[in-house]
Amino acid sequence: MSTPYLSLSAKSLMSVGLVVLTATAMGALPGPAASAGTISGTVTFTGTPPKMRPIDMAKEPSCAKQHPTPIMTESVVTGPGNAVQWAVVYIAAGAQPSSAPTTPVRYDQKGCEYLPHVATLEVGQPLEIYNDDQTSHNIHPLAKVNPEWNKSQPPGAPPIKASYSKPEFIAVKCNVHPWMHGYFAVLSTSHSATTGNDGKFSLEGLPPGKYTVTAWHERFGSQSQEVTVTEGKAATADFVFKALPY
Amino acid sequence: MGRLFAVLTAVITVVSTAIFISRTWWLPADVSVLGVGIDRQMVETMVAAGVLFVLAQLALALFVWQYGDRGTPRPIKIFPGGATPMVVIATILVGAEILVLTLVGAKVWAGIFLTPPDPKALHIDVQAEQFAYYFRYAGSDGRFGAMHPELIDDGNGNFFGLDPANDTTARDDIISASLVVPVNQPVFLTLHSKDVGHAFYVPALRLQQDFVPGLVIPLHFTATQVVKQEIVCTQLCGLGHYNMRAYLEVMPRNQFGQWMQDQAALQ
Repeated sequence: MSTPYLSLSAKSLMSVGLVVLTATAMGALPGPAASAGTISGTVTFTGTPPKMRPIDMAKEPSCAKQHPTPIMTESVVTGPGNAVQWAVVYIAAGAQPSSAPTTPVRYDQKGCEYLPHVATLEVGQPLEIYNDDQTSHNIHPLAKVNPEWNKSQPPGAPPIKASYSKPEFIAVKCNVHPWMHGYFAVLSTSHSATTGNDGKFSLEGLPPGKYTVTAWHERFGSQSQEVTVTEGKAATADFVFKALPY
Repeated sequence: MGRLFAVLTAVITVVSTAIFISRTWWLPADVSVLGVGIDRQMVETMVAAGVLFVLAQLALALFVWQYGDRGTPRPIKIFPGGATPMVVIATILVGAEILVLTLVGAKVWAGIFLTPPDPKALHIDVQAEQFAYYFRYAGSDGRFGAMHPELIDDGNGNFFGLDPANDTTARDDIISASLVVPVNQPVFLTLHSKDVGHAFYVPALRLQQDFVPGLVIPLHFTATQVVKQEIVCTQLCGLGHYNMRAYLEVMPRNQFGQWMQDQAALQ
């Protein structure tokens, strides 16, 4: 029963997509992509950031051997030009509400490390947590607004499925391996970006209007800016955090 | 049937004693100064208990063999004077034996747990937590930074709750996940627990000591050989207890100096 229905709806979706694509290409219809603007910028720091420490995994040989040189703690990762990595930049206000995507966000425990260090997901979006290691993990997201839980996951166990109903930045730890540390950035917007080693971000598909753009970093905290997107012009928002060595 | 039981008792006694005498499942070789005394005490206890064990079990086997019920009715004989004098004598003898062993062993015990560490001992702070150990060296200033439990932040490597922003003595503290010590150097440990009860057990050092949250427990040893040994938790401390371990690495003195320099550069 369900299969024909699914294939039918997929077909109709495809045909709608084709019509939109054709219409946009011909310039007949002003599709959403034509007027949507972009906010881009860079997240940097001033001052001296704290020194990251090497992680000693000697007690877990199966993980230690995956890292010929020890990995470093990741609470402040910087790049060239004082760039700040792992900052989450998102639209805090002004965007149209959208329904949560059904595509799950994948979060891995690999080599006794959380990958990625910061996972961004939307409120209601499914999250799948994998244990790729030969050892047991016990993932413990330290949620304060959402319900808190911790779950044990032996090697080879199926992924743990979860989702969050309220926006929150949730620190994640492993109850077995104290050094494991990551974050879930649960946002109520689909417009978000996580900075890479160059500190750059780009929020796309924003119709003209006024927006509050917020940059969040686990150590540096949050900063917000009001940004106006006008049709056909690229808006910029740069964030500078003050770093202290300790 | 009774005679079979007698034979089985004798066989079990001989085989299990042979396993002890041949040291089939014995402790790993001792690598510490104080372990010699522990080993001697252990052997004395084993010999004292072992001789009694063998005599008692063989006597049991003999009596079962000789006087077991064979289906022919015989009058039950009573030991002259009844059983009470025998029980009293046995209790006094065994009690005396335990008392003597305790008195003999008290010196060894005191040497480990009641004697202060060597004043020149290398002081290392130990933090036990679910489910790992961390070790802290004082760094170049020779002083430990104060511990602030509210500042403990495992994800950022602050396992001891140091406050380097305000406490300059904490800035050069060296944190390691392995207990690295120079050979033939007295070592003084102060044991802290962040959460629940844990234990520090290194069979080759003949040392086993519990961690108790809220207490700072002193412990000292001197390793006499260059070895790498496992430190394991022997107090059931939670889900990951089976996986709670660290390594003791005993290094030649110059190699240890190099290790300290390398670690200091990483802090």
